[in-house]
Amino acid sequence: MLYRENGQFKTSYAADQQIFPIAQDRWAIVGLLLFAFVGIPLLVDEYLLRAILIPFLILSLAALGVNILVGFCGQITLGAGAFMAVGAYAAYNFHIRIEGLPLLLSFLLGGLTAAAVGIFFGIPSLRVRGLYLAVATLAAQFFTDWVFLRVPWFTDNASSGSVSVSNLQVLGWQIATPVDKYLFCLGWLVVFALLAKNMTRSAIGRQWMAIRDMDVAAEVIGIRPLFAKLSAFAVSSFFVGTAGTLWGFIHLSSWEPAAFSVDRSFQLLFMVIIGGLGSIMGSFFGAAFIVILPIALNQFLPAFGGLFGVTISTAGVSHAELIVFGALIIFFLIKEPHGIARLWSTAKEKLRLWPFPH
Amino acid sequence: MKLRKFALTASATAVVLSSLVAAPTVLAQAKEQFFPVLVYRTGAYAPNGTQWANGYVDYLKLVNAKGGINGVKISFEECETAYATDRGVECYERLKGKNGGATVFQPLSTGVTFALTEKAPVDKIPLITAGYGRSESQNGAVFTWNFPLLGTYWVGAEVAIQHIGKKEGGVAKLKGKKIALVYHDSPYGKEPIPVLQELGKTYGFEVQLLPVAHPGVEQKATWLQIRQQKPDYVLLWGWGVMNSTALREAQSTGYPRDKMLGIWWAGAEPDVKDVAEGAKGYSALTLQHGAEPNSKVVKEVLEQVYAKGQGTGPKDEVGQVLYMRGLLSAMLGVEGVRKAQERYGKGKVMTGEQVRWGLENLNLDQKTLDSMGFAGVMRPVQTSCLDHMGSSWVRVHTWNGSKWEFSSDWYQADDKVLRPMVMLASSKYADEKKLKPRTPEECKK
Repeated sequence: MLYRENGQFKTSYAADQQIFPIAQDRWAIVGLLLFAFVGIPLLVDEYLLRAILIPFLILSLAALGVNILVGFCGQITLGAGAFMAVGAYAAYNFHIRIEGLPLLLSFLLGGLTAAAVGIFFGIPSLRVRGLYLAVATLAAQFFTDWVFLRVPWFTDNASSGSVSVSNLQVLGWQIATPVDKYLFCLGWLVVFALLAKNMTRSAIGRQWMAIRDMDVAAEVIGIRPLFAKLSAFAVSSFFVGTAGTLWGFIHLSSWEPAAFSVDRSFQLLFMVIIGGLGSIMGSFFGAAFIVILPIALNQFLPAFGGLFGVTISTAGVSHAELIVFGALIIFFLIKEPHGIARLWSTAKEKLRLWPFPH
Repeated sequence: MKLRKFALTASATAVVLSSLVAAPTVLAQAKEQFFPVLVYRTGAYAPNGTQWANGYVDYLKLVNAKGGINGVKISFEECETAYATDRGVECYERLKGKNGGATVFQPLSTGVTFALTEKAPVDKIPLITAGYGRSESQNGAVFTWNFPLLGTYWVGAEVAIQHIGKKEGGVAKLKGKKIALVYHDSPYGKEPIPVLQELGKTYGFEVQLLPVAHPGVEQKATWLQIRQQKPDYVLLWGWGVMNSTALREAQSTGYPRDKMLGIWWAGAEPDVKDVAEGAKGYSALTLQHGAEPNSKVVKEVLEQVYAKGQGTGPKDEVGQVLYMRGLLSAMLGVEGVRKAQERYGKGKVMTGEQVRWGLENLNLDQKTLDSMGFAGVMRPVQTSCLDHMGSSWVRVHTWNGSKWEFSSDWYQADDKVLRPMVMLASSKYADEKKLKPRTPEECKK
């Protein structure tokens, strides 16, 4: 009744091709953005910003990047953590070694370096696919772990191998408080999510999807696998790299290679699988699921036990958290193999027919 | 239909659960000194982390059983970090504002310490890292909020070389020797490297660096290298399962255990218990104390906490090495609060900033320590603005197959070696962060 496109006529190509063809969707997204930019900084406390929302935003960006490669181009990667690390350490080196380089520029350069490394590690994708490719990208993970642990130059000869940054400034804006950090990450994410959405709707995105669906057929109709695959690696690594930069600079502000370990790579892959392969929206759902759920469980379980007069030990909570989390992953994969994004679109379809479904 | 039901139940449970979480925070507004407890009772380092956590919490319970800090009761809450930096940061954010604000954080992880070092000055909460953390944070003029009380890894490295030198019959005899460092490949394991290299240059011994990747169960290649290159001594800078694995590998490669010397995090019961006889002769540094089941404070814990059924861990682990480390760490935090109360009002709840002053002016002499039941456990400690470490006493203990026994006299780190390094590293940090070190006048405030 409320959510349908009856009476909304499109009179130009531009109107027909817009991202949200339904007016209600457009208003919803404008409202959401307004709430995210204005409402949340006013309403939310520091804990929620620093411990939940900022990691959520940054990992959403990383999941977007992984989704471009895995979901849109069909190339499985287990090296996402590696590209995050490359982005973070590259930006760090640009930041400290080139005096007066604007922070935004060093972030972008960090992303570009990650893209270059991504292209390099994407080369095997031209010959191998599927699980074999996953193993090849795993090499990227171990290689970067090794490089940033062993080569002291990358960490500015820090004796402990841990690097840190502070006094971040963008165009005279001092990014110090959690609200600043949140807004910076949000702005960054909005720009790049828009970019990703448009890329997947354009010629290059169609090439990726053609390669994903059947690479031989794609080649026959004139798509160059070399360009399509490597561009997917480059764009994906750029996104993941900038996410790594934000993770290091904005979220942790002091980090070591362990922050981008193979666990992080798996986490990102799970995000896109659970959220929905080949869906921009799904990246956000997946990130929310993986970032927020464990923390929420960790906080709810003791309170839940308290309701029945049971005190659950710290270790007990931790184990229960893993059990419930794992069970939920299995539940979602069985009930909706296409991810939470599919649930979302099913819900939207139903809403269109509501309240007269027949 | 199904979906709708699911959505309804999900949102209903969410509402119920969120109201649950909101409720306890409102109740806990009493006048209590809040100690956040960052622990790891799960994950690869749980066997060691659990004992530390039990000691820490038990001491807080003991203080409460004795009537609190000048009448101020302690409240505490645990948060599981699993030794992961991002979870540690989340725990810090979660607990720092709870129950009237956190008193002091003790993350028991060098990685988390590095991350919190950036955050603590903003939130004005002191950070005690007794026996770990950033070594250069000893310089309180730059690291206002860090307190690596009792010892840093640089102290550990320096004393380890002193001890080896003594065994060899003088540091002059170290010339031409080979000393291997088997270390956990993380900021923790890398901390001692600069000191070892510096001392290597001074005394003319060669330092071999052998990193072991987290969590440390795979060390075959490392010990193969040791067998080939036959270093004269092996320093073990491990944590958790890495330590027992190293000892097993030493046993199977036939490297003499009495040539191995561990840091104080590689010298506790969980490290050697499973290897038992195989670890016989293995020595480790101690952060002053060893296993102290006969000390007065342990007896008090048993009488006033465990006898009432309020003990946190198993009774037979009370007084073991890492349990004592946790207990000692909690004691330092509590004494910081007590000292702060002397200045800001006895019987009041102290803020993080006031506790910081207390920790900076900590002065526990032997008489006080003895009266608190720490006779024989630790030596006096006195901090100042420039010295946030307080003391650097170290002993060595050796595993005899069934328990740890002290096997050396007291050592003290050589300030002539370490102080310049601390000043250099901390001024580099200050430059990077564009911090202005505090002047003596500012310290007096």
